[in-house]
Amino acid sequence: MLRYLLSRLLRAVLTIAAVVTFAFVVLRLSGDPALLIMSVDAPPEAVEAFRAAWGLDRPVWEQYLRYFVQVAQGNLGQSMRDGRPALTVVMERVPETLALTLPAFAMKLLIGIPAGIYAALNRNRLADRLTMVISVAGFTVPSFVLALILVLIFAVNLGWLPSGGAESWRHAILPVITLGLSGAAILARFTRSAMLEVLGQPYIRAASAKGLPWRRVVTDHALPNAAIPTVTIIGFMVGSLVAGAVVVESVFSWPGVGRLLVVAVSNRDLAIVQTILLLVAMTMVCANLIVDMLYGWIDPRLRTARAAGG
Amino acid sequence: MGALVALSGLTVDFDTGKRMVRALHGVDLSVARGEAVGLVGESGSGKSVTWLAVLGLLGGRARIGGSVLLDGTELVGAPVRVLEAVRGKRIAMIFQDPASSLNPVHRIGRQIGEALALHRGLTGAAARAETLRLLDRVGIPAAARRLDDYPHQLSGGQNQRVMIAMALAGEPDLLIADEPTTALDATIQAQILALLGELRRDGNMAMVLISHDLGVVAENCDRVAVMYAGRIVEEASAERLFGAPQHPYTQGLLDALPDLDGPRRRLAAIPGTVPEPTRLPPGCAFAPRCPRAEAACAAAVPAFRMLTPGHRAACLKPAPYGATVRERAVA
Repeated sequence: MLRYLLSRLLRAVLTIAAVVTFAFVVLRLSGDPALLIMSVDAPPEAVEAFRAAWGLDRPVWEQYLRYFVQVAQGNLGQSMRDGRPALTVVMERVPETLALTLPAFAMKLLIGIPAGIYAALNRNRLADRLTMVISVAGFTVPSFVLALILVLIFAVNLGWLPSGGAESWRHAILPVITLGLSGAAILARFTRSAMLEVLGQPYIRAASAKGLPWRRVVTDHALPNAAIPTVTIIGFMVGSLVAGAVVVESVFSWPGVGRLLVVAVSNRDLAIVQTILLLVAMTMVCANLIVDMLYGWIDPRLRTARAAGG
Repeated sequence: MGALVALSGLTVDFDTGKRMVRALHGVDLSVARGEAVGLVGESGSGKSVTWLAVLGLLGGRARIGGSVLLDGTELVGAPVRVLEAVRGKRIAMIFQDPASSLNPVHRIGRQIGEALALHRGLTGAAARAETLRLLDRVGIPAAARRLDDYPHQLSGGQNQRVMIAMALAGEPDLLIADEPTTALDATIQAQILALLGELRRDGNMAMVLISHDLGVVAENCDRVAVMYAGRIVEEASAERLFGAPQHPYTQGLLDALPDLDGPRRRLAAIPGTVPEPTRLPPGCAFAPRCPRAEAACAAAVPAFRMLTPGHRAACLKPAPYGATVRERAVA
């Protein structure tokens, strides 16, 4: 088990290293940083001095190594807009984004999973069809459309809630609902199909044949098995906690990481873009790691395979 | 001696959404206490459906008609609570594929303990001790170490032993063994069947052995019923059914088996295939494949005839075995 854990950790580190390398390559491909920062008609001596100051006159591999060491030390460069460290600028925004994505995540779980289970247990009945129609609507409508519809109803027509900004908790309600609804719809579908798959398994019939009441067949035998595929999709959702709200933050003018990304891209503020990229990669990798751990906890078959060094 | 379980006119219809499809066309069968009854037929003939219907395990799309009396209590249309009290406690069932009939995420000790808690109110140390005794009884070596294993850590034969232990947990009056050895190796098959026979005699437990394997049924049952397309077509004591079958389908099944003694001969397959439940002929369902069929056979479903006491066949032209297919096949 420890060996397995170490191998997963090593893989996670390698993934991050690959992302860092990718960021480096993209940065170099996007043009000569000296010319990007200095104006095109700057005197050649000034450009040379800039290159020397930033190490841009060194061989590429040396630049790469240096860059790698810097990233490892948490030095991700300065924002070109205000000269502050990029990491500081991005980290300031993370709590803002989490203020939306965490409640939305809870909403996805609390609505999506029970809805999926309910639909599966009532397969092909009206309750199932209705749940699935709502679910399909929930994840086919793009989030910006849903956001606008919600704004139209609750902000413009009813005037109950603000349409944008981040002054109070009331400002968070509409963006959270927008994020939560589509996620809940996806999760409901996943949970439903996972449950249907499990309910068709011979051990479910065998558990009923044993004399267990249906409710206990569902809770003790079906749910633990249906959790295995459902955890995968929940893992994706955890992975998108930091940067999964780009569109919604933009629509609701919410000052989170997503909006920062949009602004940084349009300003070519590469240090910021790169920092966000790394942050997203880190959360994805961490989420994957957590999912892997959960799999082992839920599914004894995997545990055995891993103990055997698989 | 009254019957422990008496099925009469048992029907099952499946609601396919568009229409009802009849899978079971009125099955009459009874099982006495301690008796071993074999139920033989090809896949899809309704062997498993019959007993799943008895226990109400066919799900919401099945409509069940007729009557099932368990010690005089009607099970068809009985409330779920009544059925739940019967399942595992009075009538237990084991299935074809033991590995997938056990829950992969629970330890086997827990799965057996669940049945003990349910039917005998045993929990904690008492349940653990009884689980050990049961595992030991069904021949699992080093049972104490196996208790905390998961099904995937056991072989197919051991999983079937665990299933049997689980079935025994409720001390049932009747055990339905639905193709219990089909998924197992031949040597393990014999062991499992021997174990079932032993347990049955020790506990005076009745058993219904569902199988498509005539040999398995011949060796392990007192009485045998042959099913075809959702009906029983012949029923007799095992000795008589295999010695003097009268229904052409039973005879066809026997002809398809090799003889261990006697002359070498080409095995005779029954021509054609089992009709789809949606496309049953109006008369005898076997008539299209029957060497003895005549016009009357296609007109109406033949009723049962008592040929000798305890031997009945649903055939208009029952004939002694050997006079027909076998002689032709040898010639």
